[in-house]
Amino acid sequence: MNDFTTWDILRNLLLAARWTVLLSIVSFVGGSLVGVALLFARIGKGRLGPAFARTYIELFQGTPLLMQLFLAFFGLGLFGIDVPAWLAAAVALILWTAAFLAEIWRGCVESVAKGQWEASSSLGMGYLQQMRWVILPQALRVAVPPTVGFSVQVVKGTALTSIIGFVELSKAGTMVTNATFEPFTVYGFVALIYFCLCWPLSKSSQILERKLNVAHRNH
Amino acid sequence: MNYAFDFGWLADYWPVLLKGIGITVELTLVGGVLGVSLGIACAWARVLGPGWLKPIVAAYVEMIRNTPFLIQLFFIFFGLPALGLRMGELPAANLAMVINLGAYGCEIIRAGIQATPRGQFEAGASLGMSRIQTFWYVVLVPALQRIWPALSSQIVIVMLGSAAVSQIAAEDLTFAANFIQSRTFRAFETYFAATLIYLALAIVLRQLLRGLGWTIFPRRTAR
Repeated sequence: MNDFTTWDILRNLLLAARWTVLLSIVSFVGGSLVGVALLFARIGKGRLGPAFARTYIELFQGTPLLMQLFLAFFGLGLFGIDVPAWLAAAVALILWTAAFLAEIWRGCVESVAKGQWEASSSLGMGYLQQMRWVILPQALRVAVPPTVGFSVQVVKGTALTSIIGFVELSKAGTMVTNATFEPFTVYGFVALIYFCLCWPLSKSSQILERKLNVAHRNH
Repeated sequence: MNYAFDFGWLADYWPVLLKGIGITVELTLVGGVLGVSLGIACAWARVLGPGWLKPIVAAYVEMIRNTPFLIQLFFIFFGLPALGLRMGELPAANLAMVINLGAYGCEIIRAGIQATPRGQFEAGASLGMSRIQTFWYVVLVPALQRIWPALSSQIVIVMLGSAAVSQIAAEDLTFAANFIQSRTFRAFETYFAATLIYLALAIVLRQLLRGLGWTIFPRRTAR
């Protein structure tokens, strides 16, 4: 009494995987934008900016993503809006991604030798000029591999949005399982699709790391 | 926003939360100890193990690191019974955490082992130590010391990730929060409280692991 062929299972999962991909891209792009703002707050000169950014990062890195999703889902609802699952998912994932990216990038900026700051400041450059022409171009080379590597965590993070009811790959897996009673096949395929999404990212992160190998060039 | 926050439910439901915290701590403890052990074994296999074992361990590590924990959990709990491997929700949650931490731990520990200078192996051998002895005393302990901060963060990440085990009805802290909010309809307050507890657990766990590092590796030389 099971009309699902293996192809039907795979086709439905692949259709749902589009939403995983879309949510991953939205989270990564949005997270990068918020992350850059956080980065500047974190490495800035003032007192309030770094303190805020440090607290933000500690809060988001010290609590489960699942809880952040729940809080976004129910917290946005407190304002009287009817929150669709995709909105809560996107908001939570963007804020979560931003915390990690800001911290990764901070490490990259700090890896730029101190002499570079001094040299550029002795040339009479202002803070923004130093950032734009001296520090960020060097930090960017260091930042590429770990950033690509973190995108894998974002793709995997989207799986948790199924719990607040966003229909992506994982949720589709549960739904197809409930229809077919073939959890082994279905979750096997789900894992395989995730693997096909994540593995190229992991691999390119490794290759980039070897190619750019900037982290060890200065020593 | 005219919503009155109400934490009054805490008075009635704190034992439920406490039980959930207990399960989360237990899962983290078992998952941490066994996961790190598995990580050490896999790191040994990848660096010094026999040739046929290396690709198998590499495949395991890649597979786990490139799929979400939630799916690993579902596969173990819902998928494996099809192969006749049926287990309760707590053992399944534990197994998933061990397998997950094992893969990440393997990569972290491997980095530590590979940073060991070649001469250390030779020095060990010249003292008449067996390969196993050399690995254990000469290679592993300094390697663990080197990567302890990274390993500690990974253990904290696994603890936070364990929130997902509520989805297979393992009664951890998140499960407790789900239960409470379904009774009280105070979803935001409940998850807020649970989030704060997770934050506290993460901070305490990080400090404990740092302390543990200081005790296991006493000869910490400042360079």
